[in-house]
Amino acid sequence: MRVLAAMSGGVDSAVAAALAVDAGHDVTGVHLALSPERQTLRSGARGCCSVEDAHDARRVADELGIPFYVWDLAERFTEDVVDDFVAEYAAGRTPNPCLRCNERIKFTAVLDRALALGFDAVVTGHHARLVDGQLRRSVDAAKDQSYVLGVLTADQLAGARFPLGSMTKERVRAIAAERGFAVATKPDSHDICFIPDGDTRGFLTRRLGVHPGPVVDAATGTTVGTHEGTHGFTVGQRRGLGIAVGDQRPRYVLSIEPVTRTVTVGTADLAGVAGVRTAPPTWTGPAPQLPLRAEVQLRAHSAAVPCRVAAGPDGGLVIDLDEAQRGVAPGQSAVLYAPDPVRGDLVLGQGTVAG
Amino acid sequence: MTYLDHAATTPVLPEVLAAMTEQWGRVGNASSLHAGGRAARRAAEQSRERLAEALGARPSEVLFTGGGTESDNLAVKGLFWARREADSRRRRLVVSPAEHHAVLDSAEWLAKHDGAEVTWLSLTPTGRVTPEALADALGNGSDVAMASVMWANNEIGTVSDVAALAATAHAVGVPLHTDAVQAVGQVPVDFTASGVDALTMTGHKLGGPMGAGALLLRRDVECTPLLHGGGQERDVRSGTLDVPAIAGLAVAATTAVTSRVDRAARLAALRDRLVAGVLEQVPDAQLNGAPLDDLLDGTVAGGPGRLPGNAHLSFPGAEGDALLMLLDARGIECSTGSACSAGVARPSHVLTAVGAEADRARSSLRFSLGSTSTDDDVDALLAVIAPVVERARRAGR
Repeated sequence: MRVLAAMSGGVDSAVAAALAVDAGHDVTGVHLALSPERQTLRSGARGCCSVEDAHDARRVADELGIPFYVWDLAERFTEDVVDDFVAEYAAGRTPNPCLRCNERIKFTAVLDRALALGFDAVVTGHHARLVDGQLRRSVDAAKDQSYVLGVLTADQLAGARFPLGSMTKERVRAIAAERGFAVATKPDSHDICFIPDGDTRGFLTRRLGVHPGPVVDAATGTTVGTHEGTHGFTVGQRRGLGIAVGDQRPRYVLSIEPVTRTVTVGTADLAGVAGVRTAPPTWTGPAPQLPLRAEVQLRAHSAAVPCRVAAGPDGGLVIDLDEAQRGVAPGQSAVLYAPDPVRGDLVLGQGTVAG
Repeated sequence: MTYLDHAATTPVLPEVLAAMTEQWGRVGNASSLHAGGRAARRAAEQSRERLAEALGARPSEVLFTGGGTESDNLAVKGLFWARREADSRRRRLVVSPAEHHAVLDSAEWLAKHDGAEVTWLSLTPTGRVTPEALADALGNGSDVAMASVMWANNEIGTVSDVAALAATAHAVGVPLHTDAVQAVGQVPVDFTASGVDALTMTGHKLGGPMGAGALLLRRDVECTPLLHGGGQERDVRSGTLDVPAIAGLAVAATTAVTSRVDRAARLAALRDRLVAGVLEQVPDAQLNGAPLDDLLDGTVAGGPGRLPGNAHLSFPGAEGDALLMLLDARGIECSTGSACSAGVARPSHVLTAVGAEADRARSSLRFSLGSTSTDDDVDALLAVIAPVVERARRAGR
């Protein structure tokens, strides 16, 4: 099989490419240049788009003896991921740019191009299992990335290969070390790749400007603080609210209203949400019969919780949570799983939380 | 493997390898005063004389450098600094926009950091700088530090009439530098006859080693050094002479120049067959640069207007890097032109400079022939080019 290995310059995609070579595939490595202003070696910045990462990816490809190219997708990435990220925050929602990148860049722009160029599949270093066309959680629960892949359709998954899903991150690093890859000890990337300094609020303020508004307590209707822009907040947020309340009880962001620039906060008892509506869903396989019992994960790093999923108005989903959850933010993806402790939880699909 | 990228680098000639191996077996710094040093110095100076003779220069005009990029940097920055020091009004650099990045980026660096102002020359649609265009850009020359126009373009192979350009520059008292990296060994290059003040050449495009080149610099031209130190190379380029590399460079240049006429004729015939074959297989492909039979002043005596080994074609609707990848997978090595340090393919700045539309500039490939090229290489390309272009077009943008 002819496969295209997307190589970020990190350890995961390096090992994924190596395993594809070991499996006897005809592998070509590609590094995606995504940032319109590429960091130079001198700046020392980290992130998936730097010259240093391209170099690291190329070193691994050269050691594997596979062809390696850099594909410039900066324009599409800027439009489909970065601009979308900014627009979503401006609208009071909380987007997941990694999910958006998988949906529109890695498994649309890159996959389409790869197939057109005669490749059979795209290999990535995502921690998720793909068995018989079914997307499942990784063996390594702490590193599982099925959430940000939950948006992929059956057609997209048919062109994807995730060789790392059945191993732990520790094992991935061990393989890299055995092979003498210089990236074996390279730190994991945690930040959003286009915000290498990790200051999301600062990034958004540079793009959107300062737009002060009130922070209002839901119980009393009184203004308990001010903020410099609703884009600095996400529903469920507890820290960094910059408010003064008499009772000293923690407050959570309940809602964000960008038009009036109002951030509404409330106590824990008000922050719970038992029902979630979503935009029209995507499914990783044939659309399931609704209603159904499932588990839903409501953000990238949270546990899945039991729920009942039914068809809602306008083609969306209505998800009733067995227990109310905090931090259900519009714009995040509600990814549905069918629990399976043996083969790994099966990803059914997802819908973007409406609001 | 079918190697059609000789303009990037070309195989080291056996006689070069022999000359370098001989020097590597010796001990001696050419600046030392003892017998070993004298032997190294003798080898370096013999090489200097041979190189000068091959290029129509005097030995004292040869400054050995670390290659084309260094020579270009030294010429642009060194002449700018020296000329402005002599007269502070001389802030302007007159440069062709189709230059190699070693010249472009040197000029832009001076503009950004050292008060220079760059005037970009206009080009003919084939990528040539005419004396009229140069005269227009120079004006009365009083505010110009230096001008730089490449002898032959590295991407599209267009040759400019450097002698006419030197006369034009000198008429208003401006020194002319020319990057002749691609020209030496391909077209007649005579430093003295051309009249240029500074000329860049490098070894690895001729069958010599990488990392060895020269700047030919007239004795009466002031040039501020980039590298200070032991005062080697007329005090313009300090650093211990790399005698093995210099020996290899001189042998390569001599061989390339003495065998030029026969080789150029052979490569031009191969190249013509390559272009005709590609155009037959892909009828809407476009040849970039000057016509294949172009002559610099309309006569054979003036020399060719296009490098004999250069074929530069656009395949509208396909992307250059997709074409390159598909050809690479089929064992054919060529180039899209320029790539940034991260390896990202960019629309050719040369095609953009000659006014080509974006699609043409993004869809180009350079095939360049050299000493080891054969009919089989051309046949190998022609056997796959049509399906490769078709597939790349399907991959679209």
